[in-house]
Amino acid sequence: MASPVAARGGAQSRRNLRNGLFFVSPWLIGLSVFMLYPIVASFYYSLCEYSVLQPAEFIGLGNYQDLFSDELFLKSLSNTLVYAAISLPLGLIVSLGLALLLNTGVPFMSWYRTVFFLPALVPQVAIAIVWLWIFNGKFGVLNQALQPMLDVVGRALPGDPKLTAPGWLSDPLWSKPALVLMGAWGVGNSVVIYLAGLQDVPKQLYEAAELDGASWSQRIRHVTLPALSPVILFNFIMGIIGSLQFFAVPYVLSPAGSPSRSIYFLTMYLYDSAFTHLRMGYASAMAWILFLIIFVLTLLALRLSERHVYYGGE
Amino acid sequence: MDVRSAWGKLVVLLILTALGLTFLAPLLWMISTSLKPIEETMTLPPQWIPSELRWENYSKAIMYQWDRAEDVVPPFARYALNTLYVVVLAVAGTVISNALVAYGFARIPWRGRNVLFALTLATMMIPFPVLMVSVFAIFRSLGWVGSFKPLWIPAWFGSAFNIFLLRQFFRTIPNELSDAARIDGCSEVGIFRHVVLPLSKPALAVVALFCFMYTWNDFIGPLIYLTDKKMFTLSLGLQFYQSQHGGTQWNMLMAASTIVVLPLIVVFFLTQRTFIQGITLTGLKG
Repeated sequence: MASPVAARGGAQSRRNLRNGLFFVSPWLIGLSVFMLYPIVASFYYSLCEYSVLQPAEFIGLGNYQDLFSDELFLKSLSNTLVYAAISLPLGLIVSLGLALLLNTGVPFMSWYRTVFFLPALVPQVAIAIVWLWIFNGKFGVLNQALQPMLDVVGRALPGDPKLTAPGWLSDPLWSKPALVLMGAWGVGNSVVIYLAGLQDVPKQLYEAAELDGASWSQRIRHVTLPALSPVILFNFIMGIIGSLQFFAVPYVLSPAGSPSRSIYFLTMYLYDSAFTHLRMGYASAMAWILFLIIFVLTLLALRLSERHVYYGGE
Repeated sequence: MDVRSAWGKLVVLLILTALGLTFLAPLLWMISTSLKPIEETMTLPPQWIPSELRWENYSKAIMYQWDRAEDVVPPFARYALNTLYVVVLAVAGTVISNALVAYGFARIPWRGRNVLFALTLATMMIPFPVLMVSVFAIFRSLGWVGSFKPLWIPAWFGSAFNIFLLRQFFRTIPNELSDAARIDGCSEVGIFRHVVLPLSKPALAVVALFCFMYTWNDFIGPLIYLTDKKMFTLSLGLQFYQSQHGGTQWNMLMAASTIVVLPLIVVFFLTQRTFIQGITLTGLKG
């Protein structure tokens, strides 16, 4: 027999359930219509021949098999992995380096922070267009600045070799480094996150290190970096997810990934397959491979970092 | 050398100034080119300061290919209006829906809440391309492809990241405040509106600001769903403009880019504190 208190508790918990469901109801719809159903449908489509104009036709693992003999897919996959492998560590070094410099207690710190943050505000399409102009082979301001320096270096080297500035976006060898450079320009977000993380490093740790006679570089290595490691890991994982889905900038530079498909990335091929060739099933298979890669790399990052990441609270 | 000594500080300051100028250079070059006459964009060596300021580049960029019979406003103004339309509806939807949902997760204990919340967090792992094709198929069957609806209607149904952000914030509001209101006979909706929302303005501002930035910059959404040139957003219009010009009229192209970038920079300076707090919140507590 239920006591009056329990009965009241039952009424209360029913009311809570009703209220709770009322408040989360937009998300119940959003979650099922824009998340759960699309996930299931996309997996099913990846096993289908599907043009969106006609109903999907089940073909088993055909799309996945085709992908691994599709040279354009393998090319876009390797482009994506190469780009991520260069841009991730570089972005980490640039943003962390800037944050450490900003954190030395220099005057006008917030002004400098604003300057480094501004490029992160620029929309992807505008980034692509502005840099297209900067990298321009003939009138580009970058090579105009580089060439005199290269001339000096060339004269100093034995044999006086004539060094010429790279063709950047017109040279398949230099187009990816050009994109990496553009990416490094937009690290402002991470700089701000690192700076906030640096404020949280306990002051007594620095004081203790200083009493032990640690130099600036030693304090960075043994105090700052370990204390900041959870934030570094967070930024690194966000970086993995972002760089593997790189789309707008290279698409605006060249929808076909020119020169020689050197900046044709996985998401670009995925977009083309789905919306240019109307091969929605094929595109879905690609999306699941992308998901798998992101998933594995994230797990790997978490596992490898286990021994190096230090959580202050634990 | 110690970075806190006078010399150390000077060296750091010099390095930061050099790097800062490098970071500013592309933006300054964009603005400088946007004000030049076309001949001056092709001088060697490049000139940083235009010999005269051609403000009419901006009006020309806005007026470009304006067919008055077809539209009452010039194309770039049309793109800006389209963008504003989508941004306003998306921001309103994002703030309202995520605040409601986050309240349901943060302030009411109900059976199944934690399971649903865990599921919500798990969906953050799913990259956009996985959802792209099926969501397109849904909107196509609704007949919404070629309209603005796919760009703002989903915002009214919550998103995992914003729910998480607001839930964390709502949880910091003392429960005593809700309990006091409850004793006064206030309904749950009343507590949400009169107790929790007024105390959460900073977090709501962060969510609104990020949604504004995201929607203003969004490229792949409009690229997939907008088919009529008259309905392009600024990002898509800018890309269209660039593909038409094929890299010749750089001064006009830079003027158009400046028009797209400038509002974001103005908004940033107006809301700098909210902005920096928001990024910090997502990076450290996220």
